Amino acid sequence: MDPVIQALYSLPLLGLVFQFLGYLIYITPTIAPIVLQVATPIAFAALCGVMCERSGVVNIGIEGIMLASAFVGWYAGVLLVPLIGTGSPGSLFGATPALVIALGAAILTGVLISALHAWLSISVKADQIISGTIINIAAFGLTGYLNTLISQGSPNGAGSFSEFTPPDWLVQIPLVGWIFEMFLNQGPITMSLIVIVVAFQLLLFRSRWGLRTRAVGEHPRAAETVGIDVLRVRYRNVILGGVLASLGGAYLSMEATNSFQQGMTAGRGFIGLAAMIVGRWSPLGALGAALLFSSATAVGQSINFFPPPGELGNLLGQLPGQFYDALPYLVTIVVLAGVVGRSIPPAADGQPYEREAAT
Amino acid sequence: MSGVRSAQRRRSWRQLLRQTWAIVALPLISILLALVVGAFIILASQFILPGHVFDPGLAFTAYSALFQGAFGSFNAIVDTLVSTAPLVLGGLAVGLAFKAGLFNIGAQGQFLLGALASVAVGVAVSSWPPFVALPLALGAGMLAGAFWGFIPGALKAVSGAHEVVTTIMLNYVAVAVVAWMVSGPLDLGTSPSPITGVVGNAGLPIIIGRNGHAGILVAAAAVPLVAYLLYRTTRGFEIRTVGANPDAARYAGMRPRFLIVLTMSLAGLLAGTAGSVVVLGVTRQMTASFGTTVGFDSIAVALLGRSNPFGIVFAALLFGSMRAGAALMQIEAGIPPELVDVLEATILLFLVASPYLRRVLRLGGVRTGLEGSETITRSYGGGEAVAR
Repeated sequence: MDPVIQALYSLPLLGLVFQFLGYLIYITPTIAPIVLQVATPIAFAALCGVMCERSGVVNIGIEGIMLASAFVGWYAGVLLVPLIGTGSPGSLFGATPALVIALGAAILTGVLISALHAWLSISVKADQIISGTIINIAAFGLTGYLNTLISQGSPNGAGSFSEFTPPDWLVQIPLVGWIFEMFLNQGPITMSLIVIVVAFQLLLFRSRWGLRTRAVGEHPRAAETVGIDVLRVRYRNVILGGVLASLGGAYLSMEATNSFQQGMTAGRGFIGLAAMIVGRWSPLGALGAALLFSSATAVGQSINFFPPPGELGNLLGQLPGQFYDALPYLVTIVVLAGVVGRSIPPAADGQPYEREAAT
Repeated sequence: MSGVRSAQRRRSWRQLLRQTWAIVALPLISILLALVVGAFIILASQFILPGHVFDPGLAFTAYSALFQGAFGSFNAIVDTLVSTAPLVLGGLAVGLAFKAGLFNIGAQGQFLLGALASVAVGVAVSSWPPFVALPLALGAGMLAGAFWGFIPGALKAVSGAHEVVTTIMLNYVAVAVVAWMVSGPLDLGTSPSPITGVVGNAGLPIIIGRNGHAGILVAAAAVPLVAYLLYRTTRGFEIRTVGANPDAARYAGMRPRFLIVLTMSLAGLLAGTAGSVVVLGVTRQMTASFGTTVGFDSIAVALLGRSNPFGIVFAALLFGSMRAGAALMQIEAGIPPELVDVLEATILLFLVASPYLRRVLRLGGVRTGLEGSETITRSYGGGEAVAR
């Protein structure tokens, strides 16, 4: 090893920091694709949160929407395979007709559930957090109930989308090749995330739709006086948010794995909400925060399974494995507590809008 | 004169009836409608099973098994009480937080930590005399739960981090803590799957029937205590004021930050007690995958009981009986116990949509479902409600 690095590593205490940095640099190319994959469902949840809350509707039912979409995406495949067969995987992402239709069903689920949330929080003017909680409990119960029944027949699903394989010469470029691998060696939902984030960011801050959305979320009364239909904007945004959340759910059962497990979202919808707050209610910020959380997960798992050598490894090895399981949640709490005072939500967030009475 | 008085009495009776009806009508209708929805789900889900002969009476079979399992015999009723006890405590934990305008989704984690601490202490003192061991184990669970509630309270008071997110994160952390403690320091090491020792003398004694442990009394005692705190003490008044209007509370010289920390700690204490009661009275030891439905049930209990301590008792009895009967329903009708979650969510859904329900069913004088807890959605920034 380089004598300079050797000298840095053997410094007391500070050496541990250098060892850790060295370890991070060493593992980065390996874990980079995983970081993006782990971030995908969290980022979609966060985008759903941005979409809803920028128009003034709090949505904590994201977790439930994701869970239901994950279930429907898988189960639609189970139903479709006997009808239309597995089909031969397409050249792009290994897509089969069954998979594509199942993805459509998953998205439709997200639309329907978020329409229910929109109705409860916009028209009924019910408490939005209670409405979200109902969605979460219902999704958990109904998917668990149906999954228990369906699993008795141990059915075959439609499989999952596969990853795009970027050309070798691109990936093998020294020093930056891993960045191409990180973004290109991915399935369709993960790849679409990047496109959606960029488009959403531009639309939210540079388009008429974005201006209206933000106006409705900040000052609905003023928005209405200039002729914007507040309730309609909110309905549309909450339902669009449902599409985003359902993509996050579909990712879990159709891209990351090829089956559904009970409660497989495991709090990602809520971590997404934290990512939204940390990312200051902007799509790019939300993606950044999701990447931060997923990095914590990936580094934690990496340490757990391939501990760094030497003194640092001994030190980290003394922590129990469950610590690394809890790490993403702990990071969420710490970052949230650190950032939230400086992160300001849309002014009308969570307040039902009462139309000006016609006189 | 006596005629007038009896007429008055009759009128006051009628008035009382009308008032009672106004309060219970929508919850009752919601429960009935939810059962109807559940029946449809049971009937429709038969088509999922391949080669299953459609049985139009399955919903009836399922519900009668559910009822039998909950109330069919003396021991069934005792089982219902046993599964009601933690729900009362958990419901109080969520309801108390509602009163202060806080949404404590963390009852699950507080429950787990309380259970863990009770087992840890209970195993350590299992051979001590019961009147020393039991209070020690119970107290440990209460403190651990209170600590797990204190964390999100303090985070909210200091930095404004919204308790909805932090408590849920702490739920997952609690699962990891339980898995670590049970498979590490507390593991007996006698079997391949980790399990703790038995709490022995620290366990709650059986006082009624086959399984009826003294935790039922603990839950029963907690109800008037919380009611007294909320409605008969200055602190309780302050908690309710902060929940109703934090600005008014601050102008009146109350300290919202302190009250938030206090309320969350008390809520954690109650949920932790629920965990203690379950491990000390029912399981008496703990596995690494020790799980519970009490956390989310508690939210439903608090909402259905309108955060009122006595309303919570009735709501807890309802869900407790469903949880107790779900086992028999699964055996006799093959219905997965998750149906109870679906019923729970549907009941809440009808309650939340009750302004519409009231209009559709033409129930003029009836109160809507959740007006008592309509103030809990505050923005995630949370800070500005507290910090200024």
